[in-house]
Amino acid sequence: MTDTKFDYYAQKKHAHDHGDHDHAADAHAAIEEPREGPPSEFEIMSRAMQELLEAKGVITAEQVRARMEQFEEDLPYRGSRVVARAWVDPDFKQRLLADGKAACTEFGIDLEADRLIAVENTPEVHNVIVCTLCSCYPRSLLGMPPTWYKSRNYRSRVVFEPRAVLREFGTVLPDNVTVRVHDSNADMRYVVIPMRPAGTEGWDEEKLAELLTRDTLVGVTTPGVAR
Amino acid sequence: MSAATSTLPSTYTPAPGHRYKVGDAVVIKRAFPPGHRRTPYYIRGKQGVIERICGSFPNPEELAYGFDGEPKKILYRVRFAQNHVWPGYAGPAHDIIEMEIFEHWLLPAGNAAAKG
Repeated sequence: MTDTKFDYYAQKKHAHDHGDHDHAADAHAAIEEPREGPPSEFEIMSRAMQELLEAKGVITAEQVRARMEQFEEDLPYRGSRVVARAWVDPDFKQRLLADGKAACTEFGIDLEADRLIAVENTPEVHNVIVCTLCSCYPRSLLGMPPTWYKSRNYRSRVVFEPRAVLREFGTVLPDNVTVRVHDSNADMRYVVIPMRPAGTEGWDEEKLAELLTRDTLVGVTTPGVAR
Repeated sequence: MSAATSTLPSTYTPAPGHRYKVGDAVVIKRAFPPGHRRTPYYIRGKQGVIERICGSFPNPEELAYGFDGEPKKILYRVRFAQNHVWPGYAGPAHDIIEMEIFEHWLLPAGNAAAKG
């Protein structure tokens, strides 16, 4: 394959040969292929689509690259920042519960098409999120969903035996706590506001945000402080 | 948390002319039309309570086939008791599951024959 127009790799190499951007100024690691071997049918389809969109001037390779970078370096950290604020500011928490999308704009976070519902864990209620139909996930707040979230195992089981699934994540809930499962099956996206653990009194938002891992915001684990 | 304690406002998008209000008991149509549907099979025929009104959204059953999704459909969140949804549910009776259901999949409860 020598025609760079139709060869993804050749085109990429071609673009680099032009030296149109400065590698020395780029602090970020190169984007790596997820695995070795020939591309799958979906990868070929995806590349073909991207090439067509670029050829038609709808998108540029730079926009795609920037979006991938954002997915890795910005989006995954948004949710913990927002929920940490809810922990320290009760008024903000009320606004987040009333309209998650609007509350996020206070951080300059634009959830784009996503409508966000925040659900709060209490001593009486534990929330957990799933999408049984596909893998709907608050990507604009948490980044890409983890593999297990998309797995058939999680999607099919957490709706009818949530306590067993949570136990596998190390989250054991007493019977007096209501387990509230949210099937994220249509236009809403969800984030869990976990309970703030004891021992975090006086912590600032930045330190609190470190406790708010992705899994705590999906509701399969709860944040804790090592003692 | 008992059913229908949530009184959060419908602040997502307007929902003009919605047929159901928070706390109404509804039954999901037990219908199996072909095509792209966002109503999970496991909830069809089950009874629940409106938890909140999400607003009106383009109809995904049309969007999926390249149409514009108009007219928009009112979207609700419905809360169900787990031991009603899953006979033989292993957890306590107060466990719940909630999901989003479009208005055209809902029937008022008491309308015993939950047909499509």
